[in-house]
Amino acid sequence: MSNTVTDPTPTQKWFAGILVAIYAIVTLLPLLWIIATGFKTPADSIAYPPKVAFQPTLEGYVNLFTTRTRQTPEFMAANPPHTWYERIVAQYDMSIVGPSRFGSRFLNSIIIGFGSTFLSVFLGTLAAYGFSRFKVPLKDDLLFFILSTRMMPPIAVAIPIFLMYRAVGLSDTHAGMILLYTAVNLSMSVWLLKGFIDEIPVEYEEAALIDGYTRFQAFRKVVLPQAATGIASTAIFCLIFAWNEYAFAVLLTSGQAQTAPPFIPTIIGVGGQDWPAVAAGATLFLLPVMIFTIFLRKHLLRGITFGAVRK
Amino acid sequence: MSSVGIDKLAVSTPPEIGRRIRGLSDRAIAWIFVAPTIVLLLAINIFPLIWTIRLSFTNFRVNRPNEVVKWVGLANYENILTDPDVWHTMQATAHFLFWTLFFQILIGFSLAWLINRKFKGSDLWTTIIVLPMMLSPAVVGNFWTFLYQPQIGLFNYAVALVTGVDASSFTMIGNVNLAPWAIVIVDTWMWTPFVMLICLAGLRSIPDSIYEAAECDRASNWRQFWTITIPMVLPFLMLAVLFRGIENFKMFDLVTLLTGGGPGDTTLVTSINLKREAFEKWRTGYASAYAVILFVTIYGLASIYVKALNRVKQR
Repeated sequence: MSNTVTDPTPTQKWFAGILVAIYAIVTLLPLLWIIATGFKTPADSIAYPPKVAFQPTLEGYVNLFTTRTRQTPEFMAANPPHTWYERIVAQYDMSIVGPSRFGSRFLNSIIIGFGSTFLSVFLGTLAAYGFSRFKVPLKDDLLFFILSTRMMPPIAVAIPIFLMYRAVGLSDTHAGMILLYTAVNLSMSVWLLKGFIDEIPVEYEEAALIDGYTRFQAFRKVVLPQAATGIASTAIFCLIFAWNEYAFAVLLTSGQAQTAPPFIPTIIGVGGQDWPAVAAGATLFLLPVMIFTIFLRKHLLRGITFGAVRK
Repeated sequence: MSSVGIDKLAVSTPPEIGRRIRGLSDRAIAWIFVAPTIVLLLAINIFPLIWTIRLSFTNFRVNRPNEVVKWVGLANYENILTDPDVWHTMQATAHFLFWTLFFQILIGFSLAWLINRKFKGSDLWTTIIVLPMMLSPAVVGNFWTFLYQPQIGLFNYAVALVTGVDASSFTMIGNVNLAPWAIVIVDTWMWTPFVMLICLAGLRSIPDSIYEAAECDRASNWRQFWTITIPMVLPFLMLAVLFRGIENFKMFDLVTLLTGGGPGDTTLVTSINLKREAFEKWRTGYASAYAVILFVTIYGLASIYVKALNRVKQR
């Protein structure tokens, strides 16, 4: 419907557009700055006034993935660098002594992120279907209980979980962290998926039941395909949460199962924090989430509010 | 068979008949679906909570396993509630909560209101604005410390450019007066988009016809804004406050990485204080009582608030 009395005038649209664009650019600046810093030399990264035009280098990325040690000029002369990254490092009379721990921390993030996502979506789908279609005793209370688990400050449960995990040997293990993140994500998973499944008409399953399907078959062949997009976006929200989580990760892991968020701030260079390396790590870590956000923008609101608000 | 036919058939056939034949009753199936979730949540949320409550009555210390654990009754609670330092952290948390909510509602609602003009490119700008809240608070906090560096940081440079103050003359996170604001700024940067999205949903839920009717009655724009827009968006705004309030009450990651509670203890919010008691001083029993108090506070405030929210919704 155009030309209604409620439509904004072109001037209003222009004015609104410019204000929003300014806010968006200001918001984006710190992010662009992170990405740019990853391609600077340490000297450029701390130049004042901040350098907008600079000679890009991959030093930050090389530093992120390797540990280096200073070598005598004789050693450097006797062992010339072979690869492009060795050449970057050799400029500082250094040679690569081995990989840094960033790679394994990143891998931990992937294992724990995807593991807990799979589990929480799997359990969440079952529970959401149960709550959506059956008369579960104390249904409302159980649903509220599930939601309320999200209100607990992570630090508050961390103490007994720390003790509990130590007793059963789950501390600092992938399995322990996967279980923990699954539990944390379940509240969102159940609530979101229940919303999606509620929207699928019950008649479809009833028709399937009459056609001779069992409950499980009807669930698998009728409900799951219908809920696929809902399940996919729930999965991405669970993944993003597990990916970004910090409090549990820093309290309950120390080495084996440490994820990237507690690790990135600990990247130290020669004189304090190695900002290009930190920026490189941050960029690699933030990039998947940025891409997901662009894909998810239609479902965003539902996901972040557990489906309490629909657009 | 048309879908209408299926629907009619499904409604007219009593569903119980089909199910009873296949063994499992609906009740059993419901439990198979729901039980795993409940069991996991009991194991990883409720069991630890009960354990925390039990520990809160003792003087247990994790780092002294050989010491005899004494039952101290309510002493931990008494110590916490009479400790001026704890009240100080509560104040820091309240300050943080109030100002982040204030700015996020103000800016978030304004942005949503502007975006609702549906100008060209509004989708693109919205997506850009939404990016920060999807990022890892730990990594974001760590990087903002770089932006806040007095000599080299982008933030100080920008402030110097706009106001003309010397960029190296102030440090956002090292200064007792500025540090709380440094956190408020980053939290606002990160979470304003959340409030904006909820407000946008609220604005879009208002039917055009109401405004058209108001227009017929020759109500001024100002009047329309206060008598239609605000009341219709209010439940959404309250929901945004609830979500942000709970999250910021238990805020840990951003503050830890930005200031770690310092300088002094000006930004020592409750979560960080609790982490110090539990994992640095290892006063496990004391920290458990602290955790219980925090949880009861969040839960209590949230329950009261949800009641108010429902009343507004029903209006």
